[in-house]
Amino acid sequence: MYKYDTYDQAMVDTRVEEFRDQVKRRLEGHLSEDHFKPLRLQNGLYLQLHAYMLRVAVPYGTLSSAQMRVLGDIADKYDRGYGHFTTRQNIQYNWIQLDQTPDLLAELAAVEMHAIQTSGNCIRNISSDQYAGAAADEIVDPRPYAELLRQWSSFHPEFLVLPRKFKIAVIASETDRAAMKLHDIGIRMIRNSAGELGAAFYVGGGMGRTPMIAPLIREFVPLDQLITYAEACLRVYNRYGRRDNKYKARIKILVHELGKDEYTRQVEEEFAHLLTQGIEPPVAELERIKAHFPDPAYDASAADTLDRSDPDFALWVDRNCAPHKQPGYMIATISLKPVGGIPGDASGDQMRLMADLGLEYSFDELRVTHAQNIVLPHVRKADLYALWQQLEAAGLGTANLDRIGDIIACPGLDYCSLANARSIPVAQKISERFATKEADLGEIKLKISGCINACGHHHAGHIGILGVDKKGTENYQLLLGGCEGDDTSLGTITGPGFSEDGIVDAIDKATDVYLAHKQGDERLLDTYRRIGMAPFKEAIYE
Amino acid sequence: MKILTGNDLKSGAVTWWDGVQWSLHVADAVDVGDHADAILAREQAAQRVNAAYAIDAAKDAEGVRPAHIKDRIRALGPTVRADLTLKPADPEARDWVI
Repeated sequence: MYKYDTYDQAMVDTRVEEFRDQVKRRLEGHLSEDHFKPLRLQNGLYLQLHAYMLRVAVPYGTLSSAQMRVLGDIADKYDRGYGHFTTRQNIQYNWIQLDQTPDLLAELAAVEMHAIQTSGNCIRNISSDQYAGAAADEIVDPRPYAELLRQWSSFHPEFLVLPRKFKIAVIASETDRAAMKLHDIGIRMIRNSAGELGAAFYVGGGMGRTPMIAPLIREFVPLDQLITYAEACLRVYNRYGRRDNKYKARIKILVHELGKDEYTRQVEEEFAHLLTQGIEPPVAELERIKAHFPDPAYDASAADTLDRSDPDFALWVDRNCAPHKQPGYMIATISLKPVGGIPGDASGDQMRLMADLGLEYSFDELRVTHAQNIVLPHVRKADLYALWQQLEAAGLGTANLDRIGDIIACPGLDYCSLANARSIPVAQKISERFATKEADLGEIKLKISGCINACGHHHAGHIGILGVDKKGTENYQLLLGGCEGDDTSLGTITGPGFSEDGIVDAIDKATDVYLAHKQGDERLLDTYRRIGMAPFKEAIYE
Repeated sequence: MKILTGNDLKSGAVTWWDGVQWSLHVADAVDVGDHADAILAREQAAQRVNAAYAIDAAKDAEGVRPAHIKDRIRALGPTVRADLTLKPADPEARDWVI
């Protein structure tokens, strides 16, 4: 994985000391909150319902064991013993003290981490496929290109004050595991008919109050023009994106209002101009970055068989492990969704254990997924049983990946100052209610947001839940038919909303409809697409 | 009644105006009547509170109860982690919020 050079390290260290001085001046009364707020936000420090919240960037979701261990230590030393992994592949701490934040950031910097650009109207953490570098179906590891984009977008003077925040995802597989088309820019690394590597650009997707699926605006951008094309996309947005209304300020609104063809025409015009300016980093820089992402030293003689005699282990393998490109290895996902638990939360002890397991079994690598789980990307099949036993003992062995209990949930009104309703209690009730029914329901992606900002990706859930404030009372709208993968679609609201308990009952009825109409191997999503909303609506509101 | 709430500058902890200073306990909150703006201006200028604002609340036999669930959650702590609330030993505290 990428290692900071002296320039990277100096930038991060300098930023820590700059923020240390800003915090000191704030605490001494030399800076007002109005002046200080944008400074702390630029360093990922929010003020939430109960305390300061720090969002730490995990570039494209990749962590070393040493980094994960420090995240666990920070949970114990500076927070209340846990952290929350987010849908941006980041981690958030909910109980941070302002005066301790500079020391915390210094500890992060010591393991090449930071919280820069995890807030504000800038290019946020670049996300990617959690199976990058390991997936059997990828054409190339997307992370070097994500890293190149990270370096380009970090402290980019032109794009630090965009009309609104900006999110980019990079993938390199046919299977989209990163919700790529629901980003401001989604990039798929591809090969053209001549076998050359390049990038397809999808621009103008997003969730929030106006969800949109990004249209493809260019089928192939040559590798040596990747940054130039991204710059052109951003420049057109920065120039014409609306700054008068924050609800219409995202690039998806610009692309929608201009129309895909006109936006694309403007990008191509800007691109042609930029090609004359020589802004593309030299190919040698990309090669330098790529050298940080070699394949691990796989054991070529690793056995490609599994002892499945323990049925609980076999179930975990079937549900939580994915094929690896290297024979004898698998990709293992650690579910952070125990029955009745808080989706995405992990204790300091659990983080340190995952760090140890990553070091012992996965070539010192872990990944954070946008579904709020942790991946060990390179595990020998021969080691899976020992790994699973240790996970089980620590409450991390839940076998529910992509099942109804594998719920994405934002922090909701329990933590977030923007939320209108609580998300976590609903997730807990659903996972408890369906724990015994889960096996019959197959793949169901259930996602809960506590407000229209959609941090819980409810638009993209096979089953989505949106919490709203109805005259001071929490109310939950139900959506069906969303999907974030290759066949991305947006969910449709079933009808009037429900109480906290009512939404769980409504989902029970919806899954009954699915089971009654299911044909063959259909998932709930497939059945919904085939039979439409009417049978579900009839059952839910009978 | 109108009560005032904000956050402690250093710790970020939720605080409530008790008529003299900022308390961690909503039960200490006092009705500020029409004086909210003046108190907020004075206290924020003196850096004794951060991001403060006035809210509606009611007072009954159980004490002061903010009108909106968001402020009740602020007053107690997250409903999903009783151990992290101000009343970790009170099993009914969550009911007060909801």
